[in-house]
Amino acid sequence: MARPNQPSAESQSQFPLMEEIRGPLSDRAALAESQRCLYCYDAPCIHACPTGIDVPTFVKKISTGDVTGAAKTILTANILGASCARVCPTEVLCEGACVLGHEYDPIQIGLLQRHATDFVTARGISVLDSPAKANGFRVAIIGAGPAGLGCAADLAALGHRVVIFEKEALAGGLNTRGVAYYKMKPKVSLDEVRLVESLGVEIRTGVNVGKDLHADELLTEYDAIFVAIGLGSGSRLGIPGEVGAGVRAALDFIRDIHEIPLENVSVGKKVLVIGGGNTAIDAVSQARRLGASSATLAYRRKEDQMSAYAFEVAHARAADCRLIFEAIPREVLRNTEGNLTGVRFTHASSGTEWIEPCDQLLLAIGQPKQDHLLKSLFPALELNAIGCVLTDPLTAGTSLHKVFAGGDCANGGMEVVNAVGEGKKAAMAIHHMLTGKPTVPKLQTSRSGIARPAAGAGLWNPIRSATH
Amino acid sequence: MESYPLRYPLISHMADLSVIFAGISSPNPFWLASGPPTNTAYQAHRAFEAGWGGIVWKTIGDPTPNVSSRYSALHLGGSRMVGFNNIELISDRAPETNFRELREVKDRWPDRALIASLMTDTREHWHDLIRRAEDTGVDGMELNFGCPHGMCERGMGSAVGQNPDVAEKITSWVMEVATKPVIVKLTPNITNIVHAALAAKRGGANAISLINTIRSITQVNLDHFVPEPYVDGASTHGGYCGPAVKPIALNMVQNCAQDSDFGLPISGIGGISNWRDAAEFMALGATTVQVCTAVMHHGFRIVEGMIDGLSTYLDSKGMDSPHALIGRAVSSLHKWEDLNLNFKRVARIDHDTCIGCNLCHIACEDGAHQCIDLLDPVTTGIGYGPGRMPGKAVPVVREADCVGCNLCSLVCPVDQCVSMVEIPTDSQPMTWSQYQVLLSQGDIAPIPPHP
Repeated sequence: MARPNQPSAESQSQFPLMEEIRGPLSDRAALAESQRCLYCYDAPCIHACPTGIDVPTFVKKISTGDVTGAAKTILTANILGASCARVCPTEVLCEGACVLGHEYDPIQIGLLQRHATDFVTARGISVLDSPAKANGFRVAIIGAGPAGLGCAADLAALGHRVVIFEKEALAGGLNTRGVAYYKMKPKVSLDEVRLVESLGVEIRTGVNVGKDLHADELLTEYDAIFVAIGLGSGSRLGIPGEVGAGVRAALDFIRDIHEIPLENVSVGKKVLVIGGGNTAIDAVSQARRLGASSATLAYRRKEDQMSAYAFEVAHARAADCRLIFEAIPREVLRNTEGNLTGVRFTHASSGTEWIEPCDQLLLAIGQPKQDHLLKSLFPALELNAIGCVLTDPLTAGTSLHKVFAGGDCANGGMEVVNAVGEGKKAAMAIHHMLTGKPTVPKLQTSRSGIARPAAGAGLWNPIRSATH
Repeated sequence: MESYPLRYPLISHMADLSVIFAGISSPNPFWLASGPPTNTAYQAHRAFEAGWGGIVWKTIGDPTPNVSSRYSALHLGGSRMVGFNNIELISDRAPETNFRELREVKDRWPDRALIASLMTDTREHWHDLIRRAEDTGVDGMELNFGCPHGMCERGMGSAVGQNPDVAEKITSWVMEVATKPVIVKLTPNITNIVHAALAAKRGGANAISLINTIRSITQVNLDHFVPEPYVDGASTHGGYCGPAVKPIALNMVQNCAQDSDFGLPISGIGGISNWRDAAEFMALGATTVQVCTAVMHHGFRIVEGMIDGLSTYLDSKGMDSPHALIGRAVSSLHKWEDLNLNFKRVARIDHDTCIGCNLCHIACEDGAHQCIDLLDPVTTGIGYGPGRMPGKAVPVVREADCVGCNLCSLVCPVDQCVSMVEIPTDSQPMTWSQYQVLLSQGDIAPIPPHP
């Protein structure tokens, strides 16, 4: 099966390397790929998906020409199905679980999901029900990122009045401003925000809970609160010379790419990125793709200890980035004018000392936990050892009555699809708490009764499509 | 025609593929059936150059105009033309043109079998057509009593084949003048094919060929509600062929081969695309096989694979001629009442090759006899491996409840993963017929109904 690699239609010819590295499937390729699916029973791909998308059903629909129906199956399970189709590490989730992967190629589920969601978006086909009849309950959500949106969509579909408070001007969270440009353009995320709004969800952007609005007011006014505030902006190294011109958080650099014209994004000639996660990879790769003459990633441990996925690392190498390991940063070096000139490292094993010259330093050493913010919002909220909200893995409930939490602020930083799954889980629990109604999974599971580890929301899909 | 590229000398096979069919010699059993690929001398030369052993020319008769469009197909799960249908009629070229080309082709390819397919109406017309065909030097004639569209409305084709008395009478007219072997081509659009075969024999035919196409509608266009092939806002019932009809054709070929009153040579037709299909037809009694749809799909070149595959197969079985294969499976088919009720087969799943799709489970659970459970790989002692990971159940057969229906092995996407294993029983073989006798004699207790 040929893997397509055609450039996307929305061409940014000045920066061809910033175009999507994995273009959409053609209609014919999607049909051929969908026909390979075995239509497994109790399929592992469904269980591997934190939002429980019924993959065999949507793939089968594509194979019979019902692409709209496929989009329904996807979006009723995961309202962010279009962005997940692009940013999910499918290799370790659904495609990693595909039974065809044991001997040959797994089904390209991510690309098929994109095919179906693009189909309805491009044609303006509405596959979801109009907002449900209000049931009288009100739920506040703090943060309009993937967790908040995932939770809001399910609650709204069940008739709850949902208001999301978002401090940024645009909703969507990191999907709108923190995903490598060559993986997904912000438009996909903003389209999804509109889809959530179409279910009757109100999103109040530019409202900073804790400053503009006291969290206590939410507790009084709303029947439940879902906290999905994500993580803070970039952590610091805490070494001499770090504060000053030329040093930025990698996430801010990525955010610029999404918010200002590419030609205005400040990119050094010699860019050095410190970190070993996927954000570090996105940053070094995009710096090179935007014209840096050299782009180097320095990580303090060995390659196999990187938290970045191997295929992401391969992408960076393919973009001609240099990767150095066991490099412990000791000092950020500046000339007499205070301009950045390099970073002094010592090697973790040998202790050798050397200098990596650079004129731009991007830090991707993780996003700080929001423990201070969380404590200021909800002083009695219990946090875990690493400064995240302590939640019940089954309900996303917290130590506080009526307060639920999910996404990066609870899980410490995971994938978009995990955030959506946690949002759905919280929605299920909130609905149960408020209405007392049981939440029944949609599909019959196997009779074997093997206990499965809690994986997102399973197959609970309260969002109904227009033709259910 | 003279400038074909040189080829390396053919590698000689151990098995000689030549066959003799009703006195007609053919270097191999692979013939082209009467149809669009055998319409012209140009095609015949290309076909023989590719290696076909024989050609049955597109049916010659009073030339008839055709409609546009003419073909339609059934596509399935990414496979194109699993089934195929057509509403094209017999040759639209003049008989004198066809006969001139037949002579030219026979002169150039004297070692190949060349058969004229014929269709007309009255006794005089049949006599005339037979004489003119024989004048060209062809090796034999095939009487088209099978075309199920158009010609049958004019009292020919399947209108003849569906009426054994008429088929017998027309065959006898032909035999009054024929000096070369005559093959009667049968229509499957009939309740019992053996009646038609015996009628052909009574009329004096030297052989039969079957099946012709099956009346069909392949698909309905869901926008304008006119099936394909579309002709100006309408369609008509076409003749169905291609891989999907093979089981029907095999059944009919075997029915004729098995009938003790019949005994004439059979040319098998119906969905033959490769050497395996051909070998199956031969095992069920066909001496030659005829191919059309597969050539319409892929061209004449497919015969190379058929020749090579059949040779290799015969070699592997120690058979030095196709005649050693012909009819080998015919007698293995019995009436249901003569099958052993005490034979037991159960499904066994090889968990090391199982990929974990669970299709065997759901097929058995919803579509058969509920005897494949999904169980924990660890507590069952099967353990983890490909397709067997924590939290994922594996299919396990409850052999005591398995009726040996084969369904799980049919749905399994992995070859050899589900095998059907014979379970020895203490019981003596007993057929339904024997059971009835034993019951009536009071020698056996009734077999209890399945719970």
